[in-house]
Amino acid sequence: MNAVIQLENVHKTYHTGDVDVQAVRGVSLAVRKGEFVAIMGASGSGKSTLMNIIGCLDRATQGRYLLDGVDVSQLDRDDLADIRNQKIGFVFQGFNLLSRTSALENVELPMLYTRRHSPGTERHERARRALELVGLAGRADHHPNQLSGGQQQRVAIARALINDPALLLADEPTGNLDSQTGVEIMGVFQKLNAGGITIVMVTHELDIARYTRRMIILRDGKVVADEGVDRLNADEELLRLRQAHEAAQLA
Amino acid sequence: MAVRALKRNKMRTMLTMLGMIIGVGAVIAMVSIGNGAKVQVEERIASLGQNMLLVFPGSFSANGVRSGWMGRRSLTVEDANAVARELPGVAAVSPENNTHLQVIAGDQNWWTRIAGEGSAYLQIRQWPLAQGSMFDPRQVRAAAKVCVVGQTVAKQLFPYGGALGKMIRIRNMPCRIIGILQAKGLSPMGGDEDDIIVVPYTTELQQLNDESWLDAMLVQADSREDIPIVQQEITGLLRQRHHIRPGGNDDFTVRSQEDIAQTADAMTSIMTRLLAGIASVSLLVGGIGIMNIMLVSVTERTREIGIRLAVGARGKDIMLQFLIEAITLSVLGGVTGILLGVGISQLIAAKWNAPAMTSAASVLGAFLFSAAVGIFFGFYPARKASQLDPIEALRFE
Repeated sequence: MNAVIQLENVHKTYHTGDVDVQAVRGVSLAVRKGEFVAIMGASGSGKSTLMNIIGCLDRATQGRYLLDGVDVSQLDRDDLADIRNQKIGFVFQGFNLLSRTSALENVELPMLYTRRHSPGTERHERARRALELVGLAGRADHHPNQLSGGQQQRVAIARALINDPALLLADEPTGNLDSQTGVEIMGVFQKLNAGGITIVMVTHELDIARYTRRMIILRDGKVVADEGVDRLNADEELLRLRQAHEAAQLA
Repeated sequence: MAVRALKRNKMRTMLTMLGMIIGVGAVIAMVSIGNGAKVQVEERIASLGQNMLLVFPGSFSANGVRSGWMGRRSLTVEDANAVARELPGVAAVSPENNTHLQVIAGDQNWWTRIAGEGSAYLQIRQWPLAQGSMFDPRQVRAAAKVCVVGQTVAKQLFPYGGALGKMIRIRNMPCRIIGILQAKGLSPMGGDEDDIIVVPYTTELQQLNDESWLDAMLVQADSREDIPIVQQEITGLLRQRHHIRPGGNDDFTVRSQEDIAQTADAMTSIMTRLLAGIASVSLLVGGIGIMNIMLVSVTERTREIGIRLAVGARGKDIMLQFLIEAITLSVLGGVTGILLGVGISQLIAAKWNAPAMTSAASVLGAFLFSAAVGIFFGFYPARKASQLDPIEALRFE
């Protein structure tokens, strides 16, 4: 079976002063290609730490992590950077776009750091296609401060997709958005997932997790639940929200 | 990418560059002015004469009394004749005896230097005549009462011109002006070269100074290469003529133009280096300014660095970005500084009527140095940026 993520008994311990904090205590899980997973948990449950390990921003102190068949638990800083560049697309809560830089250039950013250098025209072309995919074709030359929160997050998603990653990793992607825009973004994720992209999302909102297909719940650094989800369709939900909104206006 | 980052903060970029601009500008200007001064001094020394050696009396030590040049009278007309007659490689010799006297012409008078010289004097000094002619060897032998006057003397005694052919009185001796010299300007020591009346040394010794010792001997070598040999030959000949035993001190001093040039050269070089050294301090300060601003920039852009690291930038990429930024700053500042420095040196040159020699070497040196400053002072901030932890950097507000 072709697992994109395979964690085997992963531990992460932080040393702060004399106290050792065990943030993750023996997590084993596998995410197959094409899955849409939500990792849930209260703050302090270890979900951010797990997310950093999955995202190759951090290394586990113990255990094995295979990403797309490659053991990344022993790689050094530069190799991890290459893995992030090639195999992972990040979407953050705070969007994390470069200010005073156009949407197109933001999307191109990961391509600047690929080992195989691509010419400017190819970069522009691919970045344009990625923006089209998230429905922002007309905003390529806008700067982040000229875009709404939802639009900024779409730019961030386009940036995450530019290098055709094996995994899209989203950290509270709707946390800074109002609920309707949040549902819109979930709709984008659902569309991408339908197109075959593997998505792992960290969130603490059950409402948002219901748009995924599988829910993993963490508590005190351990997996306490791992179950399928009766998935809500974001487009239908959005329609329902709009109708409710109109009804409220009529009344 | 780096240029764009600099453009975002134009005011700060400008101010940071200003440090480099002033530093590089100052170094270029100082070196140019120093070189200019050096060339000017060299020109003045060349104006002394061509392939010239000067023999001074003195430098003796007797009964515990010691003295340097001009300390004792030891050179005679016979010595000069012997040098001219016996030494190969000597093109011309002019015995010299100087005095200062009041000179009268009509209702004007002027106190000036009366130089008793040989007929070869103008040839040795490379000093052309404006009008008339130089006295010839026959006139020297006859101690003729003729003279050649410098521009300053001609102007002072004959304010309305027409000096040539006129009679003047030097003390009580009537003397005819047979030639007028071209203007020569300042001597290396700052005196007025044109304030002079040249008479045959025989006339001077017999009529004006009433002595038989020479103040100096001007010797012209056949060529530049001959100067050291001639210098040795003169020393040998004069020691023999003055009966100086081996091991005894010379009672004369032979100086070549080269010696004088070297001394002056050393002085101007020291001056140039001193000026450049002081200017370099401002270059250093400019470099520290760059480091300061780069450190601020790294802190300010921690989040940006985090984003770049997250999407796959290696530490090397981040380091290169900040290094290029620092180098761009310093090199742009350096180039502007070079333009400023060249401008300043031209301005000063125009104002003081001194040549400013902006050498390609100093421009290249300043350019490379400013790039080096960028690398040196940009390295620490760039390394700091590259070693940031992506998680920490992303969390930075």
